[in-house]
Amino acid sequence: MFDKRLIREGRSVWRFLLLTISLSIGIALLAVAQAWFFSGVVSRVFLEGANLKETWNFLLMILAIIITRAIFQWGSEVSAFEVASYIKLNLRERLLKHIMSLGPLYTRGERSGELISTVIDGIEALEDYFSKYLPQLLLAAGIPFVILCFVFPRDWKSGVILLVTGPLIPIFMMLIGKLAEKKSLQQWKDLSWMSAHFLDILQGLTTLKVFGQAKNQTRVIERVSESFRRSTLSVLRIAFLSALMLEFLATISTALVAVTIGLRLVNGTLSYSSGLFLLLLAPEFYTPLRTLGLNFHAGLSGVNAAARIFEILDAPLHNEENVNQTEFKTDTPALPGNFQITFQDVSLTYQAGGAPVLKGINLSINSGEQIAIVGPSGGGKTSVAQLLLGFINPTSGNIQINGVSLNRISKEKLLNEIAYVPQNTYLFAGSVAENIRLGRPSAGFEDLVRAAQEASAHEFIMKLPEGYETYLGEGGTRLSGGQAQRIALARAFLKNAQLLILDEATSSLDLESEKYVQEALARLLQGRTALIIAHRLDTVFQADRILVMDQGQIVEAGTHMELVREQGLYHSFLKEYRGEIG
Amino acid sequence: MKSATWLIHMMLPYRRRIILALILSSLTVTSHIGLMATSSYLLARAALHPPVLDLMVTIVGVRFFGISRAVFRYLERYVAHDVTFRVLSQIRVKFYQAIEPLAPARLLNFRSADLLRRIVADVEIQQNLFLRVMSPPIVALLVLSGYGFFLARYDLRFTAILAAGFLMAGLLIPWIVKSLSRGVGLSIVALKTKLNTQVADSLLGMTELVAYGQAQSQLISVRHTNERLTDQQRRNAWQTAFSSALTWMIGNLSMWFILILGIMLVEQGKLSGVNLGMLALGTLSSFEAIVPLAQVPHHLEQNQAAAERLLELIQAQPTVKDHQSMVSIPKDMSLVFKEVSFKYGEREPWALHRLSFKIPQRGKVAIVGASGAGKTSVVNLLLRFWEFDQGSIELGGHSLRDYSQQEARNYVGVVTQRTHIFNATIHENLLLANPEASDEDVKSAAQKAKLHDFIQSLPKGYDSFVGEGGFKLSGGQRQRLAIARVLLKNAPILILDEAMEGLDPITERDVWEEVYKLMEGRTTLVITHQLTGLEKMDEILVLDKGQVVERGKHGELLEQNGFYRRLWNSRVALHAAT
Repeated sequence: MFDKRLIREGRSVWRFLLLTISLSIGIALLAVAQAWFFSGVVSRVFLEGANLKETWNFLLMILAIIITRAIFQWGSEVSAFEVASYIKLNLRERLLKHIMSLGPLYTRGERSGELISTVIDGIEALEDYFSKYLPQLLLAAGIPFVILCFVFPRDWKSGVILLVTGPLIPIFMMLIGKLAEKKSLQQWKDLSWMSAHFLDILQGLTTLKVFGQAKNQTRVIERVSESFRRSTLSVLRIAFLSALMLEFLATISTALVAVTIGLRLVNGTLSYSSGLFLLLLAPEFYTPLRTLGLNFHAGLSGVNAAARIFEILDAPLHNEENVNQTEFKTDTPALPGNFQITFQDVSLTYQAGGAPVLKGINLSINSGEQIAIVGPSGGGKTSVAQLLLGFINPTSGNIQINGVSLNRISKEKLLNEIAYVPQNTYLFAGSVAENIRLGRPSAGFEDLVRAAQEASAHEFIMKLPEGYETYLGEGGTRLSGGQAQRIALARAFLKNAQLLILDEATSSLDLESEKYVQEALARLLQGRTALIIAHRLDTVFQADRILVMDQGQIVEAGTHMELVREQGLYHSFLKEYRGEIG
Repeated sequence: MKSATWLIHMMLPYRRRIILALILSSLTVTSHIGLMATSSYLLARAALHPPVLDLMVTIVGVRFFGISRAVFRYLERYVAHDVTFRVLSQIRVKFYQAIEPLAPARLLNFRSADLLRRIVADVEIQQNLFLRVMSPPIVALLVLSGYGFFLARYDLRFTAILAAGFLMAGLLIPWIVKSLSRGVGLSIVALKTKLNTQVADSLLGMTELVAYGQAQSQLISVRHTNERLTDQQRRNAWQTAFSSALTWMIGNLSMWFILILGIMLVEQGKLSGVNLGMLALGTLSSFEAIVPLAQVPHHLEQNQAAAERLLELIQAQPTVKDHQSMVSIPKDMSLVFKEVSFKYGEREPWALHRLSFKIPQRGKVAIVGASGAGKTSVVNLLLRFWEFDQGSIELGGHSLRDYSQQEARNYVGVVTQRTHIFNATIHENLLLANPEASDEDVKSAAQKAKLHDFIQSLPKGYDSFVGEGGFKLSGGQRQRLAIARVLLKNAPILILDEAMEGLDPITERDVWEEVYKLMEGRTTLVITHQLTGLEKMDEILVLDKGQVVERGKHGELLEQNGFYRRLWNSRVALHAAT
């Protein structure tokens, strides 16, 4: 509950943290003063028969204290917000930056949803940790101590009651909190289970209707919902029970203090004003402890979120070593006019101990060449592109450009010379124009349109509701697979880079799109060096060289005609396929 | 406001529990008042040095309130949450009952994630309606009248001060905060959405961002949004702090005024000094009932937004309605489309335009065309998911509209690529097609679909879980499961809607064998954009932009050298090399 690394985050805003705490201690001291003046006024009026005029000074003091306390209270909340917001802003940026540095391979597949929610909700969960839980933790230790300093000199019995019951509150809180933690994990699972169940039904609603079972699902919804209610209540019962204990300790002790003081007053061993003063201090003693109890949950979710955040931040950057080698980087352009890219004995394993994806690959790409890689899926084709783009480093072996190791070439410069069209085009939330401009953000509108025209995208873009200003992405106009691909090609045209890396889409396009995409591709390939990861045969026919990859190795290489003559894997691909439709 | 009426209507059956919760909640606050008031009364009495026995009743009172508050609080929370979750459970059921008739036509524009968010999160938010919106004002009112009545026994002006304090803290401050924060809440929501989108873009589109060297500028724009969000959150925090400090201050000021009035009354001899501390401290404690009021507008706003999202669907009208008293029994299992035209929306183009064809009983017709040609619309109309605009569709000699939706669907078995496999056992997934089927029937259907051996090889056989927490089915196995379902349903009409999409050539060939067997004795409609397996069709319709452009048998169409021929030729280039 007192996560060291989280606390370290707090260091940069220690001023605001200190301000929050000082103001809160100020509030506690003012409360003591208010209690003192209040008991003074009441006692003088009640026992000494003082009138309004005689107590006016005290009353004005109370008024001043009330107003000051309100201001302090406002100030402490506002400064607690500053602590939390600074840390949130800073940590969110660092987290996102780190994930981006980890590269596209880290966010592969289903993890991205979880990462997004960590960056958004996980960070947001820290707010209550820093604005409520952490200051309260310190105050719960400090304020009761301050109060006791006033109680003990006047009535040690009341002091002992407070001293004995006070620590019980955090102890109960922790015991019950531990229990609740287990239960709330279960609760979280139940909620996910319910969600999954509902999603299953919603996604299958059409299927259910076809089989006439949709109406029957009402009962299932009712049952699932009802069991969720029961499990929620059983969790809440523990939370309520903990609240009951906190409340109970605080109120029963106040009652005990009142009775003890009452009896001493009867005996005349304590003055009325001191007695009333002590009675008013009792709630002040318990308030910080109770508030801590209420914020226990905020602390818990903050620590849990922090565990995940730091886990991500601790993930080592794969290219850390070449960051250190910056000084060795050459100044020459990343891709000189005449270049040769060579893979020497390159092997790649994604996870230590996992099966290798590439096993001792040797290949070379000369400027002006167009090379296609074909082979069964899972054969390691895409990994070659990822290595060349620097998304991942080879586990062993060496990649060189004109004899210079890829490690020693500025990644940024290299990427400037490459246009990459990935297998699945991602469209960003933004206009069509913004999406194409990704290729070259400084491009003027005319260049943009020319790129779209070359990518056979201009026509369909003009048919969109707002042309180039049509909003794409989540909540925007949805494009078909073929249209999205042409946007990707327009990006590549706009970038106009020397080297083109193309990962063809596997999903089948409708006929019309297919034709346009092929035309645009042919234009794009003209006069460029290209590495094409091919899923279709017709792009392959035209390549200067075809590499056939299987199980992480290059098993065949040559032109189309050569490979057909060789009667190997490539040939059987072709035959199997033609036999199928013939 | 409509949503509020609806929600209150949902709560009515639970009114007894609700009233109990309100009473318990008021008693909790009352105990707090009681504890502080009786305690200070006890001290004041004790200060006059009476015999201890005289104080016994007061002492018992102090102890009672010391215990009762915690107990009442526990009971109140339990009852209030119990009733709330009962209502939520009802809302979920109502929501499902409402959207079930809408699927799929009216739900086309909603992603299932969006629907899920409504049935889970938007419903979940409704728990605040009673706990945080309705209960606090009522409890405050009850406490005000209860304690106000107690104060009135001493002097009516005490009650006036209390009422003034309650009104200011309970109505005025929430109102001020609401008008101050107008727009802040909305812009926080908008900025959060934007941040969410940008973060999602950064992570999901990272390949592009890194490859095009835009990672840095993306980070900068995220930072920008993040900063703007923080600014709005800061405004919000200032206002929240302002309102809570002010509420607290009004409680203390009320106590201050009560004290002054009390002193004056004591001075005039109209009030015994014994009561002075009690009245002032009781007043301060009574403001506990006011604290939750500050958040009422905030929760109300959230609640309404969520409730409206729910109502939007609950009040939507289904596209297709059943006519009353329709009892039609088909004469045979023929299907006729006559000049059928259909569009998905007023402003949409024709999805089908004057489409005519006839499948006699046990006939086999295929519809081919590129995606977007309108093939799937034919299935949607046949299953009565949508209502066609012009022309007529006949099933067994009667208009399709003379059958209820369910009856029409009973005659049709569909194998589609979109067949949903539920996260349940294989047995349950099969039983869906015919809940009354015996274990023998299920087994024999699985055998015919060539799925039985695979199921037997699983550790738990037919009781193995599919999907999450279970195993995943391959594409071919999914289709076989869909075929087994149709076999179990034993419907006389069979529709194959892109049934082979996404299968590799070898699996496709195997599945076709099962499909051919399935076609025997059934009226069959095949919808596809791939041209395999069409040699055995009685007629093939080539559809483009909702209209038939060519029709005939496979051989005839190839000779025509038209659209079908082009499709056929392009398959060589189209087919995946992998």
